[in-house]
Amino acid sequence: MDFSSINPVTLIAMLMVAATPILLAAIGELVVEKAGVLNLGVEGMMITGAVSGFAVAVNTGSPLFGMLAAILAGAAVSFIFAVLTQILMANQVASGLALTLFGLGFSALMGQSYTGIVPPRTPKLDFGPLSDLPVVGRIIFGHDILVYVSILLVAAVWYWLNYTRSGRILRAVGENHDSAHALGYQVKKVRILAIMFGGACAGLGGAYLSLVRVPQWTEGMTAGAGWIALALVVFASWKPWRALLGAYLFGGITVLQLNLQAAGVRIPAEYLAMSPYIITILVLVVMSSNRGRRSLSAPGSLGRSFHAAG
Amino acid sequence: MLRLEKRPNPSKFWNYATPVTAVLLTMVAGGILFMLLGKNPFEAIKLIFWDPLFSEQFASYSRPQLLVKAGPLILIAVGLSIGFRAGIWNIGAEGQYIIGALCAAGVALAFYPSESWLVFPLMIVAGAFGGWLWAMIPAILKTRFNTNEILVSLLLVYVAEKLLAAAATGFMRNPDGAGFPGSRNLNQYPAAANHELFANTGLHWGGVAAFIAVLFTYILLQRHILGYHVQLAGQAPRAARFAGVAPARLVVLCLGLSGAFAGLAGMFEVAGPARQITIDFNAGYGFTAIIVAFLGRLHPVGIVLAGLLLALTYIGGELAQFMLNLPAAAIQVFQGMLLFFLLALDVLSNYRIRLGVSPRASEAV
Repeated sequence: MDFSSINPVTLIAMLMVAATPILLAAIGELVVEKAGVLNLGVEGMMITGAVSGFAVAVNTGSPLFGMLAAILAGAAVSFIFAVLTQILMANQVASGLALTLFGLGFSALMGQSYTGIVPPRTPKLDFGPLSDLPVVGRIIFGHDILVYVSILLVAAVWYWLNYTRSGRILRAVGENHDSAHALGYQVKKVRILAIMFGGACAGLGGAYLSLVRVPQWTEGMTAGAGWIALALVVFASWKPWRALLGAYLFGGITVLQLNLQAAGVRIPAEYLAMSPYIITILVLVVMSSNRGRRSLSAPGSLGRSFHAAG
Repeated sequence: MLRLEKRPNPSKFWNYATPVTAVLLTMVAGGILFMLLGKNPFEAIKLIFWDPLFSEQFASYSRPQLLVKAGPLILIAVGLSIGFRAGIWNIGAEGQYIIGALCAAGVALAFYPSESWLVFPLMIVAGAFGGWLWAMIPAILKTRFNTNEILVSLLLVYVAEKLLAAAATGFMRNPDGAGFPGSRNLNQYPAAANHELFANTGLHWGGVAAFIAVLFTYILLQRHILGYHVQLAGQAPRAARFAGVAPARLVVLCLGLSGAFAGLAGMFEVAGPARQITIDFNAGYGFTAIIVAFLGRLHPVGIVLAGLLLALTYIGGELAQFMLNLPAAAIQVFQGMLLFFLLALDVLSNYRIRLGVSPRASEAV
């Protein structure tokens, strides 16, 4: 066993990369849940984004086009969920599951001819000499564009939810859809748009997995990342900055676990690979056992269907 | 303009008609999908739904497969349906199925090479217990700490998969297997093997268990006070609380029962068709069973029919893979679409579609 091979600076830089896909998916789902909708299809939207982004990036040679395609694909499949739950009044839990099952199958079908291909490289942002600084160079100035985009997105969502009129309307719709409807807000329109935003974010997160983090396409490659993103929203108590914190903590566990495997710790790799899921469950338990706080932060109409009477 | 008007009671007619319509629509959409993949849609649909049962060439092999595949699907789905009725979402049946199989195989291998007739019944108990135990984790966390059972049960699937990999490559690996992953072949271990009961029917003890589970669930839901509580908790949670239904007890009961059924399914599979513990032992039955439960309208009899139908898509899918080179994933897409159509059409049983503006809105004008 050789712990000296684990370098803390590399570790931090790596954890930011590991955290980015789930952070993107979680921040999207956070907005969806703030609008009062529980979309359990994050896993399905992520993997759809992963495969579409990969396919387009390989065919056009541009990772940027791939990511755009992933955003569109994620939003498109989430639209199915939006139609089912908002227009056809289907059960949200079942529809989300359907989206995940469909997405896993659809991506496997589309991705068949792409296994084993190396995608075009996503370049790191060029900060010039700043990237050569010790420590901060790798941690702050050593990433590709999406790592920064994901952090900016957190800031933007936080600002938008708290300080803009449309953000507050979205929260009103999520807290109490009957009151929001009575005030004249278009509950369904707000929710459909929120769902599609969530889909776009999850799609982008998926593409980050297949284009940057891994980078390769394999069937079922999201391996529960979407479900962890869902758990992250609960961990974050529906607060954007906490989602960032949670994602980085989680990224840290994943990377540390991988490093321990590489360093040859005498625990079989399977047990180390279990740890992110078990820790996610433990975190969920801790967060939800605190009943008083939780009831204050969860959106009031979360998971309830809205049908305007009359 | 089209407008939805809530029905006072769900429509009886559409309750029966939606699953059938959803299957037909999925066939049409599936046909289009197969066409896009460059296959003849009519041939593909015939190969999936007709040939496994009636073609002279394939039926002798395919027909028994129907019960082999439908058994675990029905057994798992019927357990899930009880919880789904009460609004308790166990979506981790896949994990409970794996743990059930691991526990049963563990018992069998611990007694290897015993010839006692007790091994098989012990495996059944171990399988049910394993599934129950794995489902008790989300149940206890839900009742004690109010943790979301959907997320916990699902995350535990991944943990179970890793345990399965650890078992197949480590602690359950066949000591005589020249280092290859995978446990001993239980079919060559007479005391533990779950063989076909009647030649060429595909019926093994798992099918029998599924049948008993269906009967049990039917009686529970129709004739027992617990079944009434389950329905009440799902349809009117507040009324249920006033009627003295303890939500915590219901969570433990529903998750435990569905976990035990899933564990049993895993047990019969590992001792029967799967023969041994391998890394990819789980074939997604736990997830497909969710579709089976919904397609069967959460009703035991409906679930039997839905289980047979989805078993058919598995077998027909393999056939189409073999004959038409249709990708294996196409069947997964097919099953996903089926659930989409089913959920979409459900609007017809709960709502009336009306033309024009609502009467109250026009009064206001």
